[in-house]
Amino acid sequence: MTTIGVPREIRAGERLVAATPKTVGQLRALGYDVVVEAGAGAEATFSDAAYEAAGAVIGDAAQVWGSDVVTAVGAPWGTQVDSMRPGATLVAMLSPATRADLVEKLAARRVTALSLDAVPRISRAQSLDVLSTLSNVAGYRAVIEAAEQYGGMFAGQVTAAGKTPPAKVFVIGAGVAGLAAIGAADSLGAQVRAFDVRPEVGEQIESMGATFVQAAQAQQQVSADGYASALTEEQERLTAEVYARETADADVVITTALVRGQAPRTITAEMVAGMRAGSVIVDLAASGGGNCELTVPGERIVTDNGVVIVGWTDLAGRLPQHTSQLFGTNVVHLMQLLTPGKDGALVLDLDDPVQRGMTVTSAGELMWPPPPVAVSAAMPGPSDTAPTSEEIARAEQVAHEAAVRRRQRRTVGLGLAAVLVTLAISFAPPAFLGHFTVFVLAVVVGFYVISNVSHSLHTPLMAQTNAISGIILVGALLQIGSSDPLVTVLACVAAAVASINIFGGFLVANRMIRMFRKDA
Amino acid sequence: MTLTSLAQAVYVLAALLFVLSLAGLSRQESARRGNTLGMIGMVLALGATIALSLDASERPASATAALIGVVLLVGAVVGTWQARRVEMTQMPELIAILHSFVGLAAVLVGYNSFLTEAPDAVHLVEVFLGVLIGAVTFTGSVVAYLKLSARIASAPLTLPGRNWMNLGALVASAGLLWWFIASHSVVPLVLMTVVALALGWHLVASIGGGDMPVVVSMLNSYSGWAAAAAGFMLSNDLLIVTGALVGSSGAILSYIMCRAMNRSFISVILGGFGTSEGTVVAGDHDYGEHREVSAVDVADMLRDARRVVVTPGYGMAVAKAQYPVADLVAKLRARGVEVRFGVHPVAGRLPGHMNVLLAEAKVPYDIVLEMDEINDDFGDTDVVLVIGANDTVNPAALDDPGSPIAGMPVLEVWHAKQVVVFKRSMATGYAGVQNPLFFRENTSMLFGDAKEQTEKIAQAV
Repeated sequence: MTTIGVPREIRAGERLVAATPKTVGQLRALGYDVVVEAGAGAEATFSDAAYEAAGAVIGDAAQVWGSDVVTAVGAPWGTQVDSMRPGATLVAMLSPATRADLVEKLAARRVTALSLDAVPRISRAQSLDVLSTLSNVAGYRAVIEAAEQYGGMFAGQVTAAGKTPPAKVFVIGAGVAGLAAIGAADSLGAQVRAFDVRPEVGEQIESMGATFVQAAQAQQQVSADGYASALTEEQERLTAEVYARETADADVVITTALVRGQAPRTITAEMVAGMRAGSVIVDLAASGGGNCELTVPGERIVTDNGVVIVGWTDLAGRLPQHTSQLFGTNVVHLMQLLTPGKDGALVLDLDDPVQRGMTVTSAGELMWPPPPVAVSAAMPGPSDTAPTSEEIARAEQVAHEAAVRRRQRRTVGLGLAAVLVTLAISFAPPAFLGHFTVFVLAVVVGFYVISNVSHSLHTPLMAQTNAISGIILVGALLQIGSSDPLVTVLACVAAAVASINIFGGFLVANRMIRMFRKDA
Repeated sequence: MTLTSLAQAVYVLAALLFVLSLAGLSRQESARRGNTLGMIGMVLALGATIALSLDASERPASATAALIGVVLLVGAVVGTWQARRVEMTQMPELIAILHSFVGLAAVLVGYNSFLTEAPDAVHLVEVFLGVLIGAVTFTGSVVAYLKLSARIASAPLTLPGRNWMNLGALVASAGLLWWFIASHSVVPLVLMTVVALALGWHLVASIGGGDMPVVVSMLNSYSGWAAAAAGFMLSNDLLIVTGALVGSSGAILSYIMCRAMNRSFISVILGGFGTSEGTVVAGDHDYGEHREVSAVDVADMLRDARRVVVTPGYGMAVAKAQYPVADLVAKLRARGVEVRFGVHPVAGRLPGHMNVLLAEAKVPYDIVLEMDEINDDFGDTDVVLVIGANDTVNPAALDDPGSPIAGMPVLEVWHAKQVVVFKRSMATGYAGVQNPLFFRENTSMLFGDAKEQTEKIAQAV
């Protein structure tokens, strides 16, 4: 039986855990045994007893690190790698791009390492993307931090003691974190404005309840790997103007621009100086050095003009219970992908771009960096595929001409048909003409009457029309009295089936109609 | 005032009542009245006809009266028994078999009319057309009935050159008509009846199960035209008016169904879905992974939701899940969750089939909305439950111009925050098209029998 080990995170300040009692149950459903280190979930309010109740075994650090599969939040520390078994699998956030030493160490230990922070950003892999999970929580928490630091209420109030305006929140960057921040600030009642250099996310910003701030021509394409690419000089100048204008007007600024671990500078010291006293900046990119020039990673500072700048780097860890749950679910999704048979047998398929992208080392071999994966989120640029306005105009012209031709043909056809029918009818005897008039008028009446019938009543309508088309019984009844026995027999059969129609149709229509009831 | 003129006056009244009856069906509030008006019209028309029939009887009136009494009794007993016994999920079959009765009656009345009346050319043409339409309706409806009740496979029958066979049958009928008028003999009439019966059989046999809403409406229309043709041959205006009403009713329903599938009427009637276009769906396209959830997870989702939409499809009817669904909805509504239904025009096997099933389960009709009424609201919806629907919620219809269902209006459920798809397996829907909805990141799959799963959710909520 394959065992999954869940260690206690020993890095200072880490409150998360890679599995919760709920995800332990899901891992066990995949056929794995789970060993949880004593006290692993304590910081995230999951007791050892809860893990045991979910079917996990509580063990010590050596037992956990000696498991076949180890799922952790952060990269292993110190001697932890050495306590892993050769051939074991490690699943954690390894930052392989910056931790070459760790990667080599893992390869030397013949450990297969899957990095949770190297999931390719394609839609299929979203369910195992822990960076999205952490950003989402961090974006939410950033708003809560800002609300705590801000000396006012987020929602506007009208009270007997006067009124207060709603807080103005400006969010920079509409990635996962930015959108989460917009949603949280909006639901607290703030007025939210948001900016992103990618114009195509405007719709998402507005769907979350914020106003999309646009800079003229400061447009940008998504690069092939799903992140925003660098700006040109002119674009940069225009963007900076937007930042200066919006930050000066805002009570709370939340910056979220983090590109491959690097934080581009978006808010200069000068812009901070232009902000009101008591305003708050929460810098979500503090771990990458900060989007704001004055941010001190891990610290809260107050500037000379009274602006609070929060540079926490552990925003997601400040909500350990839910973050661990979401993180643990990401791990479960990964294990589902790695356990196609649901039988507790781990199978790594290096032909799958998702699994290949995460694999840092495999059985002693260095697998980093992986081959590039094309991103589904990146839309083809307008110049590539979109037809020019000239082409569109030409296509419209062609379509229009075709429609006109079709109409002309139809008019001519209908006209011809009308003439032929009129000619044919004019040869018919007068009695037929009378009936035909009735027929045509009844068709028209039927058309208008039925067009009004509600869609939900179409089935009763069919039963009802069925019943009244049983009126053919009239014909059969008139023939029943014939002295010809053959005619009488045929008429009797016809009358019998037609009367089944009448009774069955009306009654079943009635039964259905009676079932429809309005919400009382 | 003669008996005939009195009967004619009553016929006018009956025709008017039939029009009012159908007009009454336009809204739920007046539907019951419409049903009653139709019954009154029918009683009046039959009363007048029986009086006429007894008056003109060529044998003692009492014998004729006895015959009429017996056939009406037979019809009343069988009809009432069927109407009471039928389950709402079997409604398409009942409607189809009732159509076949009209077709059969039209054939028999046509033969009688030929046997009893003077053979002038116009009358012969009327008889011929009446029998032709009646025969096609008869066998077509019988096949539709067999397919809908799963007594024969619902897959389309694709004989080589099937369109030529249909055309050939029509050409042969035209030739027989010419012979019939020239000879006044019963032989061409019988031959044509055989050809028409075969044509009706083949027409419907080559149409697949998912196109049945169109077929049943089309047969509804035919049964009306058959009655109208009988009216022409008997010179009876009541039959003509009623037949025309029913005929145009069925034609409009067929048109609505075709528009809802973005297909032309001709392409549905000629049958064999997808084969003529030659587009076989690429099976190796990478749609990604689908996510499975359990009934308990869905119950969690629903408890936290504020707005929920349920989009039922034929699968709900098959699983007879309408009662547990209604139960679940009632529970959610009692908790203050706003629940509505979104019904696609071609969901089910009969126009409006879903509405009847939901009404049967006591779902109030004012929370059952049509596609156009609800499509804009999916963006504000927390959870959508897709129960037994597939092609009617397929985003490929809008996104993928190469898809066989491209351009078909669909319920845009994917705009909601969460979509839960109830399905027996990952198999494709009627159109044989893979559904990218199942692989969207906000979609979860709940496999298994829709009825059992819904019951589990209702328990857990």
